[in-house]
Amino acid sequence: MHKLLKYGLQIFYYTLFMLVVWYFSINPPYHQLEENQGVITLSFTHATKLREPCRKLSQDELMKLAPNMRLTMDCKRERSPLILELYLDDKLLTKTVLQPSGIHKDQGVSMFKSIKVKSGEHKLRIWMNDDIKVEGVTYKHEQSVNIKPEQLLLIDFDVASGGFVIK
Amino acid sequence: MNPIKYAYLAVESWFNVAFGSEWNPLYNMGRLAFFFFWIVLISGLYLFIFFDTSLSGAYASVEAITYEQKYFGGVMRSLHRYASDAAVITIILHMFREYALGRYNGVRWFSWISGVPTLWLVITLGITGYWLVWDELGLYVAMLSSQLMDALPFIPGSMSRNFVGSQVSDRFFSLMAFLHFMGQPLFLVFALWIHVKRLSFVKAYAPKGLAIGSFIALLALSLAAPAVSHKAADASQVAAVLNIDWFYLNVYPLMDYFTAGQTWIMTLGVTFFLMIMPWLPPKKTGPAAEVHLDHCNGCEQCAEDCPFDAISVQARTDGAKFEHEVKVNPDLCASCGICVGSCPSSNPFRQKNEILVTGIDMPNKPINDIRDEVDNAIAKLMGNDKIIIMGCENSLDFNSLEAQNLHVVSLFCIGMMPSTLVEYALAHGADGVFITGCRTGDCFFRYGNEWVDERFDGNRQPILRKRADRSRIKVFRAAATDSKQLHKELDEFQNHIKSLNEKGAADEQEPANA
Repeated sequence: MHKLLKYGLQIFYYTLFMLVVWYFSINPPYHQLEENQGVITLSFTHATKLREPCRKLSQDELMKLAPNMRLTMDCKRERSPLILELYLDDKLLTKTVLQPSGIHKDQGVSMFKSIKVKSGEHKLRIWMNDDIKVEGVTYKHEQSVNIKPEQLLLIDFDVASGGFVIK
Repeated sequence: MNPIKYAYLAVESWFNVAFGSEWNPLYNMGRLAFFFFWIVLISGLYLFIFFDTSLSGAYASVEAITYEQKYFGGVMRSLHRYASDAAVITIILHMFREYALGRYNGVRWFSWISGVPTLWLVITLGITGYWLVWDELGLYVAMLSSQLMDALPFIPGSMSRNFVGSQVSDRFFSLMAFLHFMGQPLFLVFALWIHVKRLSFVKAYAPKGLAIGSFIALLALSLAAPAVSHKAADASQVAAVLNIDWFYLNVYPLMDYFTAGQTWIMTLGVTFFLMIMPWLPPKKTGPAAEVHLDHCNGCEQCAEDCPFDAISVQARTDGAKFEHEVKVNPDLCASCGICVGSCPSSNPFRQKNEILVTGIDMPNKPINDIRDEVDNAIAKLMGNDKIIIMGCENSLDFNSLEAQNLHVVSLFCIGMMPSTLVEYALAHGADGVFITGCRTGDCFFRYGNEWVDERFDGNRQPILRKRADRSRIKVFRAAATDSKQLHKELDEFQNHIKSLNEKGAADEQEPANA
């Protein structure tokens, strides 16, 4: 085969290869959100209440323990599951039940969930139960929010701040 | 024949037209991947000099490299990205080639199975690379990677929480930088070392011409379409559209449809499937080569030639006067028979009226049987142009070549053929020897073709002696898709032999007439 034709073919193959490299390095574009969509992200860690209340040990029970183990209160380590419901304009967006982590289920729960929503004015309502001994809601929050396109609305939770915090 | 193999061989032949066998990129995918790694490494070292590993400074430093260094920084960044992408393509094509040509099972299982996690390691290296730019895409990669990590049962707490609101952790970012610059590349080098551990004569450098061509092509792409960032990462925003690199980030969009746990199951499922492929079904391989110490002088040529590092040299154990003997590791032996061709004792002129025993032999096709086949064929062939064809059973089906004056000796690999067998055939009545095997640059057992060429050229023992009449020997290599050319070459060779015989007969008559 003529040398020039050979080189021409080589250039063709190199070009083809580079076109594939270039194209798939940025194309096709990935549409993470549709137009006029924002995201609500629930993200927090929380140590839920103990599953059982602490119990005061009787004198007899205390005497059966070694002297260095005589704590007057017996507290089981296991914590309550967390139940959470999030509503947007009175429509349920998510309902989550999270179990406490750890082998003894004595550590907090970690919540992370992102939900795509239509941008605009919304009424946001959220409640949680973090204590199995209590029936119903232990924390709740209601707020009007204006979610802009591509905005990430963060719902955090902080006991010190009184519960849910919208950022 | 397997249609995938047939189609792949056809494509390779198109590339042979343009590149020749030496530079054919499809023959050199693994070597090209190594070459792209070198480009990634060198460009990465350059970028590292100017890169700010802090969360607040990373994006600005990448932008400065891209736009403030005139062409150089931007080109280096683009080379870094595009060479990484090219590496993924070449690795995938390398895997596909080994699969299509049936070079992934049997004793080759180790290279296959070690190659799969190597690919994943490359992918994760790319993922941390995109993370470090800390633009919208970097944030997306960080968020989704964290969600994947959170789905693992042994990861405590929430890693995803690091990337929302004002909680983005600078230390975590520095950890990623360390992983990308040091941790992952070190693991990758280690994985590559394991990947080629069971092979001899590993070629890790791309042929010069192919390397130059590939580099020029990458450079041209870097100048034509420089790599750029998205907008700076903002934890309070989610980018609607991302130009993701599908070579590296293709798993993440799956998480729009599946949970992180399901994505793990799918990814691990694909990995598991790829890893068990060598046993779907298990390849039936012949028995390993056997050493006959009473015919082995410990010359070590077979150990030198074995492409799979299956033969080791050890101190003599049989009390013979030689210093060394060889030992075959059956787990590594691919039953290619190349060692038989390497052994000087495979000379068929030896032990003429006895059973020929060589120093190292294939139990399912001993050299004595091959010599007998040649003897019987020469006795049976008709005409004055008797041709013995020595062929490799892995290249193509030779049955159609059999004729009154043609006999095919089918070998496991053309490297199994002792050079002296060619000389023997010619000396015992064959008018010509036609040698064929896998295409040049594409030996099924890696080095059979090369060793034959070197033996014929006198550069590798045992050599084809000068007394062998080269005008009656022809080497033409072909794959299954080349049978037309093979027939053409064989016809030409037959005509050539006929003309030689006629000329010889005329030369003999001339002095008689005189």
